[in-house]
Amino acid sequence: MIVAEAKTLEEILESLQGMSKVLVVGCGGCVSVCLAGGEKETGILASTLRMKRELMGDPLETVEETLTRQCDPEYVQQLAKKLEGIDCILSLACGVGVQFLAEQFPQTWVVPALNTLFAGATMEHGLWEERCGLCGECVLARTGGVCPVIRCAKSLLNGPCGGSQNGKCEVKPNECAWQLIYNRMSELGRVELLLEVAGAKDWSKSRDGGPRKMVREDVKIDG
Amino acid sequence: MAEEKSKLQSLFEQGEFAVTCEIGPPKNAQGDGIRKHTEHLKPFVDAVNLTDNQTAIVRLSSIGAGVHVLAAGGEPIIQMTTRDRNRIALQSDLLGAYSLGVRNVLCLSGDHQTFGNHQEAKNVYDLDSIQLIKTVKDMREAKVFQSGEVIKQGEPRFFIGAVANPFADPFEFRVLRLEKKIRAGAQFIQTQCIFDMERFEAFMDLARKRGLHQQAYIMAGVMPIKSAKAAKYMQKNVSGMLVPDGIVEKMSKAEDQPAEGVKLCIEQIKHLRTIPGVRGVHIMAVAWEEIVPEIVKGAGLLPRP
Amino acid sequence: MEKRESGKTESFYPKIIAFCCYYCAYSAADLAGSLRLQYPPAVRMIEQPCSGKVDIRLLLQAFEDGADGVYVAGCMEGDCHFLKGNIRAKKRVNAAKKILDKVGVGGERLEMFNLSGSMGPRFAEIANEMTERILRLGPNPLNTARAERATKGEEGDPK
Repeated sequence: MIVAEAKTLEEILESLQGMSKVLVVGCGGCVSVCLAGGEKETGILASTLRMKRELMGDPLETVEETLTRQCDPEYVQQLAKKLEGIDCILSLACGVGVQFLAEQFPQTWVVPALNTLFAGATMEHGLWEERCGLCGECVLARTGGVCPVIRCAKSLLNGPCGGSQNGKCEVKPNECAWQLIYNRMSELGRVELLLEVAGAKDWSKSRDGGPRKMVREDVKIDG
Repeated sequence: MAEEKSKLQSLFEQGEFAVTCEIGPPKNAQGDGIRKHTEHLKPFVDAVNLTDNQTAIVRLSSIGAGVHVLAAGGEPIIQMTTRDRNRIALQSDLLGAYSLGVRNVLCLSGDHQTFGNHQEAKNVYDLDSIQLIKTVKDMREAKVFQSGEVIKQGEPRFFIGAVANPFADPFEFRVLRLEKKIRAGAQFIQTQCIFDMERFEAFMDLARKRGLHQQAYIMAGVMPIKSAKAAKYMQKNVSGMLVPDGIVEKMSKAEDQPAEGVKLCIEQIKHLRTIPGVRGVHIMAVAWEEIVPEIVKGAGLLPRP
Repeated sequence: MEKRESGKTESFYPKIIAFCCYYCAYSAADLAGSLRLQYPPAVRMIEQPCSGKVDIRLLLQAFEDGADGVYVAGCMEGDCHFLKGNIRAKKRVNAAKKILDKVGVGGERLEMFNLSGSMGPRFAEIANEMTERILRLGPNPLNTARAERATKGEEGDPK
């Protein structure tokens, strides 16, 4: 899932300066699962903002709505009927959702309530960790299912740097990804795979090639 | 035009036990200090490493510093990390450095920027150190850029160095990683500072079993410690460095700590020379460059060829 | 404390909401009643199946709706009928306190207490303690702000 966390109250207040009626929109997707932008968090944020603005002598009116997802047009369009009299939309989605709302409602000012952090997993309730760098060319088959692109602080593809000690990365307190890779390869008896020199990575498949697009003609409905 | 072949490479080929040291370029735009150090060190060492923004602190560039070394009559080894430059900038700088007379390059990944004075920087790591080694080799042997495009003429012909850290983990993988570097094209190796002799000997043992000592010139890294405090600091705070308690103890007990540090360093070099496969020493006297002649002399490595 | 200077405090009598766990505080309240123990009428109880049922939204809503003080009363730690409900409630209360501090309502208007069903006197003591605390703190600043806005004759439609 995409993991995000709340921006500071100060930053959100600043982005809502001069707005008196705000549509606060949660997202039922990833950010609900990581407890950053679901229905509950939307309610808490709206309430916090109302109280703060009341005490600032500049009361704020809010309308709350949590969409199933903010990254699909059919859900986003449900907001269209709620926009009347709204000065601004405050989105509790990841950066995708915020942009998608802005695209769908070109006449409406849209601001984010979250900082989008990473593609990760729930390690335990209240702890999330990054697992995928979205590099566009998965190397996991060569690294025993542990990703060096995102879990090594230097994205090294040919083994650990000289800063790995006692399983820890020189960038504390992270685990050394290459120690994890080596452990797994040893356990599975495949250390020899690591002797192969991995060539330079094709970063054009990653963000470096510009914003990416995926087209699947076979699943398109029209055209 | 400078000579085509690296002086360091020629010495190795003649079977000499090589001695190199390190100069950390300054945090300003003045090269006279580098020139002065070079002139002072020149009679005692065969080549000088110029660090590349070490510990991710902005300093005069390693190539710029290398040119000062050349101007002062020294032999530079420019360090090149993959932290700050992508493959375009790395290759461009290789061309530039070679055109200015630099013949030795040491390829490494570099300390992470969180250690430095620009912690909010974006790191690059387009290539890793092994991919950089391969790139430098391909430019020389296959006469191609990393992309495969042919270098029609005037390709850079560097003597390629790499680093090895026998003290980092996982230990068993360290020799394999050295082998990968050699396979990728590394011709000489400088190791991390050695304090734990036992572990280094175990490392060399494994390296010899895989025949690596015959495929690259391995230089053992040493560092004179100035004080017990410095020894303790390295023991606790520097990742990938192993300082045995015995050394900290000896330093603490010494009346004249810098002298004890020099004495230990000389003893280490004498011992390292006896280990089969060790073809030179690399003396890392960070911010204590002036002590290098005393160490080289004490270790019986004079006169230099 | 400064709020006392407003003059209105003379007539201020707080509204305090107590979210009480059915298994402990609620029974303790019953017991306090049977024992004829006096506790201030400022406290209005809301029965909960467990203190862990309380969430941050509910706590904030109580203040937005005009409560001057709020507390959550759950079982003694280790004795939760649902194992860890009271531990979770404590964490949520702490998180809500931080929000209240940030917005200016003040986190000390909110508290978490632990007691058992047999602690009738303790129940009355908590009610007294909280009432005294809120009397000292004065009215919920949201109420004051809304009242001021209303007298100024602006839109004056407090939520």
